[in-house]
Amino acid sequence: MINKVITDLDAAIAQIQDGAILMLGGFGLCGIPENCISALLRSGVKNLTCISNNAGVDEFGIGLMLKTKQVKKMIASYVGENAEFERQLLCGELEVELLPQGTLAERIRAGGAGIPAFFTPAGVGTEVAIGKETRDFYGKTYLMEYWLRADFALVKAWKGDTAGNLIFKGTARNFNPMMATAGKITIAEVEELVPVGELDPNHIHTAGIYVQHIYQGKDYEKRIEQRTITK
Amino acid sequence: MLFLKYKVIIVLFFTENQPFTTQKMLDKNGIAKRIAQELKDGYYVNLGIGIPTLVANYIPEGMNVVLQSENGLLGIGPFPTDADVDADLVNAGKQTITMVKGSALFSSSDSFAMIRGEHVDLTILGAMEVSENGDIANWKIPGKMVKGMGGAMDLVASAKNIIVAMQHVNKAGESKLLKKCDLPLTGIGCVKKIVTELAVLEVLTEGGFKLLERAPGVSVEEIQKATEGKLIIEGEIPEMKL
Repeated sequence: MINKVITDLDAAIAQIQDGAILMLGGFGLCGIPENCISALLRSGVKNLTCISNNAGVDEFGIGLMLKTKQVKKMIASYVGENAEFERQLLCGELEVELLPQGTLAERIRAGGAGIPAFFTPAGVGTEVAIGKETRDFYGKTYLMEYWLRADFALVKAWKGDTAGNLIFKGTARNFNPMMATAGKITIAEVEELVPVGELDPNHIHTAGIYVQHIYQGKDYEKRIEQRTITK
Repeated sequence: MLFLKYKVIIVLFFTENQPFTTQKMLDKNGIAKRIAQELKDGYYVNLGIGIPTLVANYIPEGMNVVLQSENGLLGIGPFPTDADVDADLVNAGKQTITMVKGSALFSSSDSFAMIRGEHVDLTILGAMEVSENGDIANWKIPGKMVKGMGGAMDLVASAKNIIVAMQHVNKAGESKLLKKCDLPLTGIGCVKKIVTELAVLEVLTEGGFKLLERAPGVSVEEIQKATEGKLIIEGEIPEMKL
C-alpha cells in the first residue's frame, strides 16, 4: 500500500498558493480540520476562495482566517455565527456566494464524481435561480447547478490509516467525505492514525484513493457552539 | 433540525410587542403541541430551529417518529447529560444531542438525497412571511440580515408536506400571512399548513388561507384582522383541542 503519511503539515500546506480554491470540511465547528486551519494561519497564504458549509465563529475555525484577511471569497450555505464575516461582507471586503445546503453538498459530490452539472429543485423561483438555466422534468421545474472542484480539500476524520482510508465519527462526517473526493490534492487530518490493515475495510467511509496526504492531528480543541444539556 | 437563522427569527417572534395581546393566544409550546397532532406513526420528520424543535417534546406516547438532522443523522435523541456531551454529535442548530437506538449517521450529500428524494414525510419550519399561494420567505432581510439559507431551500423545494410554525404578525404588528411575500423567497407554492398563536390554516392549491381552527378563546374576527392575505372562512370554525 502507498504510504501517504506526512509529519510536516506546514510543508504540505505550503503547496497552497495565493488565490487557491480550498474546500474545508465541517458543519459549524463540528468536524473541522483544526490543524490545517492553524497551518493556513501560520502560512499567511491569501486571496483564498474557501468552500465550506459555514464560516466558523469569530474566534475559531475559518473565522480566524477571516480576521487575518486571508479569505477573498466564501462559498457557503449559512454564515450566521460570525460577526466579522457579516462586517466584511457588508463593507464589500469579502465576496460571498450563498447556496442551498443540499446544492452545496451535491455540487461538491458531483465535482468528485465527474458529473459537470445536475438539476435540483432547490432555489427555483428564488434569487438563487437568477442567471441559472431551468428545465422542466416530469412536470416540475429544476435548476441547473455546476460541479465544484478545489485545488485543495482539507478534511478531518476520526480514524485513518497510512494508506489514506478514513472513518468518520458522529455528525462530524458531514461535508468531509464529499470534499475528500473533490480536491485535486486532499489533505486528511485524523485523531488516530493507524498502520494499514488495522481498519476493517467494511467500515471505511472514504477510500484512500481520494486522499493524497494523511496527518496525525494534534491538540484537538473540538469547540462546541451550543452546549445543550438535559439536567 | 434545520437552520440557524430560525434562532434569530424566533427571537424576534417572542420579543415582539403583541398588538393582539390577550391571554388566550397560544405560547410557543402551545403552537408546538398543536403541530404535534399532525404527526403520524412511522413518520420521518425534519424539524426546524425554534418552535419546530419544541414539537419533539409533544410526540404522543407510543408513536414512532424518527427525527432527521440535516447534518447527517436519523434518530435524534434528547439533549445529553453533562457527562455524555460529545462534540462530534450536534444537530442542525449546532446543539449537542444524543442518538436514539436504531439511529443512522451519514454525510451531508446523503442527508439531502433523503430530503430531495422525498423520503422525509414531514418538514416543520419557521417563516418570516407566507403568501396565500404557499410561497415562503425565511432566509434574508435585504440590508439587515445576511445569514444564508442553510438547508431551507432544499427542504421546501422537495417536501411533500410542509407545516409552518410562526407568529401571525411581525414585530411591527403587520400580518405575516400575505397576498404576496415582500422578502426574498425561500421557495414557491410549497406551504401546505400554518400553525400560529391564533389559528390553524390550510393553504389552498387555488390560493387563499382556509381557516381550520381557532386558538382557544380567539375569535374569527381577531384572526381576520391579523391576516392580510385572502382568508377563507367556511361554516363554524372549531377551537383547537390541546
